[in-house]
Amino acid sequence: MSTHLLGDTAVLLGRSLRHVTRSVDTIITTAITPIMMLLLFVYVFGGAIETGTASYVNYLLPGILLITVASGIAYTAFRLFTDMQSGIFERFQSMPIARSSVLWAHVLTSLAANLISLAVVVLAALLMGFRSGAGVAAWLAVTGILVLFTLALTWLAVIAGLSAKTMEGASAFSYPLIFLPFISSAFVPTATMPGPVRAFAEHQPVTSIVNAIRALYTEQPVGTDIWTALAWCAGTLVVAYLLAMNAYRRRTA
Amino acid sequence: MTAQHTQAIHVRGLEKSYGDLRVLRGVDFTVARGGIFALLGSNGAGKTTVVKILSTLLRADAGTAVVNGFDVATQAAKVRESISLTGQFAAVDEILTGRENLVLVARLRHLRNPGTIADDLLRRFSLTEAGGRRVATYSGGMRRRLDIAMSLIGDPPVIVLDEPTTGLDPQARIEVWQAVRELAEQGTTVLLTTQYLDEAEHLADRIAILHQGRIIVNGTLAELKRLLPPATVEYVEKQPTLEEVFLSLVGDGGSGSGSGTNTTPATTSAPARTSKEHP
Repeated sequence: MSTHLLGDTAVLLGRSLRHVTRSVDTIITTAITPIMMLLLFVYVFGGAIETGTASYVNYLLPGILLITVASGIAYTAFRLFTDMQSGIFERFQSMPIARSSVLWAHVLTSLAANLISLAVVVLAALLMGFRSGAGVAAWLAVTGILVLFTLALTWLAVIAGLSAKTMEGASAFSYPLIFLPFISSAFVPTATMPGPVRAFAEHQPVTSIVNAIRALYTEQPVGTDIWTALAWCAGTLVVAYLLAMNAYRRRTA
Repeated sequence: MTAQHTQAIHVRGLEKSYGDLRVLRGVDFTVARGGIFALLGSNGAGKTTVVKILSTLLRADAGTAVVNGFDVATQAAKVRESISLTGQFAAVDEILTGRENLVLVARLRHLRNPGTIADDLLRRFSLTEAGGRRVATYSGGMRRRLDIAMSLIGDPPVIVLDEPTTGLDPQARIEVWQAVRELAEQGTTVLLTTQYLDEAEHLADRIAILHQGRIIVNGTLAELKRLLPPATVEYVEKQPTLEEVFLSLVGDGGSGSGSGTNTTPATTSAPARTSKEHP
């Protein structure tokens, strides 16, 4: 059965990518909110925020990229939920195909759609004056972190899509994820926050990921942040994957 | 093993509970190869649960189910190659076109020439013109026909149709019935679940009634009718059913009577002889 895993995943990936290309609005919507936030924070609030760096858009972009992914994966949960509701999921399950290919197709589609949204947001940031002297290796490292982050959040979205009872429930799980960067070093340095908030901000995953990406863009040493960031991403990915697979098995028990 | 080779489906002592709710309490039935077998029952009788167990979507708590000689619990992959499911809701992809839906299933069944297979099925189900349109624009009947066409890809020996006409208008229902009859004529075994008694009466060679988690009767229509006291002959005026009126007014419909202009079918004018069963 597993001999067909790659082929079946490719066929199903083609299908869900078509869903994305035929509703381009989902990519645009995913990119528009982060771009609005960029505009709002760079041109409205940014002047009053003291970050210790010359360009606020340079400071802000890493956090905005994470928000882009967090809002993008809501569509993954939505697409999976729609498949479950429409009965096409059951059709696939009752066919002689590699069963996990149904999930992998959704996960890879999520990755592709989010990478496009991320590229659109980076382009907007460049137009707003974002500049980085980072070399190819640093850009690849940033891309690698974002891919890992997207995969981790996508598997969370798979859990939501598989276990949600309503359409709203399938996408509501992403709200706290979108909000998480606000209580981190994404918008303002954590040093300005009062004790308990600061303690939370400095120990939640977003801060280490944002700091690592920021260091890569500004050609600074990444220090231990990158290892903390990778550990958070990989840890979330593994736990979410196992929970999602468990939820998947329960659907067919 | 010996007897099971002549049977398409063989179910013994099937039990399934959802928490405290005992949906199936020991279901037994067999379906011979070829022909149409109807599983009849009211809403919540457990028809869909039986169908899901047979198509490996659900595991039974107890009992055995064998499809095309393969056990659903231990040879699930083989069962999936033998059976094709058309669920209660048309399992089609709305964003893809009708043709793309068919090609998708053909490729997932690892068949050669998926494009040719798709075109053949579009023709067979009168969907050639609609084939290039997104399924979201299809009517209920067209969706259902596409759904059944998707189930036929790869010529599975057993086809399960779970309430195939629920929610369809009378014309679409007749289209589906026609498709099911053609399937059976080509030697496919059809297991059909329905809550419409006339559907079972029109289509099925054998009918089983599932009630409170058990099969309470199983036989041909004639055998089932014999369970009641013999029919007595009475004279009643045969009124056209609303369905006959509807189909004659909107034209077409396959029944052959009434061409659409004739709003008073002949059957109303003279009393017809029909049999009526005593309770």
